[in-house]
Amino acid sequence: MALESQLLQYLFTGVTVGSIYALIALGFVVIHNVTGIVNFAQGDFAMLGALVAVTLTTRTPIFNRVFVADFDLPLPLGIVLSVLIVSLIGAVLYFLAIRPAKGASIVSLIIITIGAHFAFQGLALIAWAADPYGLPVFTRGGPLEIHGAILTRQNLWVIGVTAVILLALYLFFERTMLGKALRACAINRLAARLMGIDANRMALLSFVLSAAIGAMAGIVITPSTFMGYDSGTFLSLKGFVAAIMGGMNSATGAVVGGLLLGIFETVGAGFISSGYKDAIAFIVLFAILFVRMSVGVRKGQSQFEEVGM
Amino acid sequence: MNARHVLLVVAVSLLLVAVVAACAPAPTPTPVPTPVPPTKAPEPTKPPAPTAVPATYKIGVVVSVTGAQSSLGVPERDSALMIMDQVNKAGGIKGPDGLMHKLEVIVEDDASDTTKAVTAAKKLLEQDKVHTLQGASGSPMSIAMAAEAEKAKIPMISYASSSAIVYPALTAGTVVKIPGKPDHTASAGETWVYLARLYGAKEEDLMKANPDIKVGVVLPWVFKTPQENYPVSSVQADYWKAKGVKKVASLGVNNAFGLDSRLGMKALYKEAGIEIVADELFQPGDKDFRAQLTKIKGLNPGGLVVHATSAEGAAITVQFRELGFKIPIVHNHGIGAQAFIDLAKADADGVLFPIGKVLVADTLPDADPQKKVLLQYIKDYKAFTKDAPISTFGGHAWDGIQMAVTCFGKVGSEAAKVRDCYEGLKNFIGISGVFNMSATDHTGIAKESLVLVKIEKGKWVFVPADKYKDN
Repeated sequence: MALESQLLQYLFTGVTVGSIYALIALGFVVIHNVTGIVNFAQGDFAMLGALVAVTLTTRTPIFNRVFVADFDLPLPLGIVLSVLIVSLIGAVLYFLAIRPAKGASIVSLIIITIGAHFAFQGLALIAWAADPYGLPVFTRGGPLEIHGAILTRQNLWVIGVTAVILLALYLFFERTMLGKALRACAINRLAARLMGIDANRMALLSFVLSAAIGAMAGIVITPSTFMGYDSGTFLSLKGFVAAIMGGMNSATGAVVGGLLLGIFETVGAGFISSGYKDAIAFIVLFAILFVRMSVGVRKGQSQFEEVGM
Repeated sequence: MNARHVLLVVAVSLLLVAVVAACAPAPTPTPVPTPVPPTKAPEPTKPPAPTAVPATYKIGVVVSVTGAQSSLGVPERDSALMIMDQVNKAGGIKGPDGLMHKLEVIVEDDASDTTKAVTAAKKLLEQDKVHTLQGASGSPMSIAMAAEAEKAKIPMISYASSSAIVYPALTAGTVVKIPGKPDHTASAGETWVYLARLYGAKEEDLMKANPDIKVGVVLPWVFKTPQENYPVSSVQADYWKAKGVKKVASLGVNNAFGLDSRLGMKALYKEAGIEIVADELFQPGDKDFRAQLTKIKGLNPGGLVVHATSAEGAAITVQFRELGFKIPIVHNHGIGAQAFIDLAKADADGVLFPIGKVLVADTLPDADPQKKVLLQYIKDYKAFTKDAPISTFGGHAWDGIQMAVTCFGKVGSEAAKVRDCYEGLKNFIGISGVFNMSATDHTGIAKESLVLVKIEKGKWVFVPADKYKDN
């Protein structure tokens, strides 16, 4: 394999891995923009999306093999239902944990989401036990070969789904009244409320939207990387790094951050050592936090005040 | 109730949910409850026994019921509990004192975490005062536990494969004199056994040439039941030789299990004249291996050797197929569980790996000494777990617990005697092999206990040695 095709292969792999980070990061950004909360249960939406989809489409023993879920739905229907169910879970999270804590500081709310992460992980362990699960690839068939590098159909699905979600979000935020209302909340909640926008409804919507994006992300990667009850942690962390790379406020930034992180990791693992794969993500995080902190200090304000609204 | 109160209530209830979830017993196929023995009226002719009930023989088992290695830990736990159930239903173990002793198997979950394994081992040794320690599922946890067993002088049987569990490693950087060859500088994980294989020498001769190195061949109190990585690598090398493959790439997990498997590979492949063109690593729990596989693809090897357990091994296999490799993929015995096939699905077809005989028990020739024991174990295990899939890991635990049951029956529960009994086990027909322990061999299984297995249409198929080149 020539260096050129090897580089191209790293690029393909990096973009595929990065697309997932981008989707998780998008979830972070949507909630953060509207409510100021960093939702550390974001990765768990992906985990839940994948495991619910598996349960709906294949015979799965659940709850300690007490029940056997035998719905056997066709994959597309299972995916749609799973995304709807996880969106509902996002709404439940908002109503049960975030809404009642209205008026609490942002830091408290963030801590609540960490609690929610553990709750989701624990419930998933009870429901699906500790085994990892896989899904069939969406379309069977050989991979594409471009200059000696391989791009599989599932990779195309991952990249395609990310692109479609990004486009849909763009249209939603830019072209619909509801989307504009969400953005108004993000820019200035008080002013938005004075304009008659229901900030609570917008916060609920942001949770539902992020949950749906997260679920979709989890579902598209499961055919090649599998999903277990504890996969959410790792996804949240990588997605968080990607969101920070993109500035935490911009959807485009989140996607660029995710893709860059995926490419850094893959190229680093390929050319330096696979042992540094995860270290790269966190070195990037530290570097960015350090730079942003010094910029913030120079501006005479801390990032926290900005975030705290 | 103001907002802050509500927040508090929510936070507390979330915490509760999290705690409850964390403490929830790991999913168990409900073991068949031990039937209460019919209460017998005290026999009037005999005076009540002067001594209390005969002491219970206690085995402490640490396995990974949750976490990355749960596909190992769950069948291990179930096999151990199954034997306890069988023994106690039969009245217990008849000790050397002629009394029937109940058997208690205490299982602790280490959640695939080394620190938790040590904590669990300490709890079993100090609080439960077990008579023998067993586990863990993984090599890193077993190595850490072995140190505790040595300190407490309680015999331990590990269910993990790394030779470093029973053979203490030389300190990295130690310069070892090799008779008739240049000096060798030891790197991490190397043992006398490894050096003996690498240089075709005897352990005793190497030790004699290096009187300053105060490391023994074995840890006196520690044994293990899974096959060593050396015979596993040896079967793999036989396969590559039969296929005429001279250059292979390796992808291994970066922990004690992977290290040991890779050391076995390096020693045995060198002997067989097979070059290892890439020695790539990944971290335990990794999901994406495409970067490493891409690098390997660039080197054009004739085959790929993987050192991994089921979850990671399956992801590697799926991504290996995704990247369009056209070379054979050979795993080690870490993937001998149905979970591997369930995860990798059609991509598992064509995967080869050396493993103990339990997976292909029904296709073995009747003359095989293990066949009867294997078939009985499979039947009992399926009945006990309500049809859970068979894996080799449950067999490792079965061997360990049965060794303990045998030795308790022979010598009672005194630690030093049980240890001597373990070391003296000869011709012990188990699931992982026929064991012949000795003072320098605390595994006791030879290459003959392994077979090469191929996955075809989601089933394990036995590949006889004369068919290697066609597979």
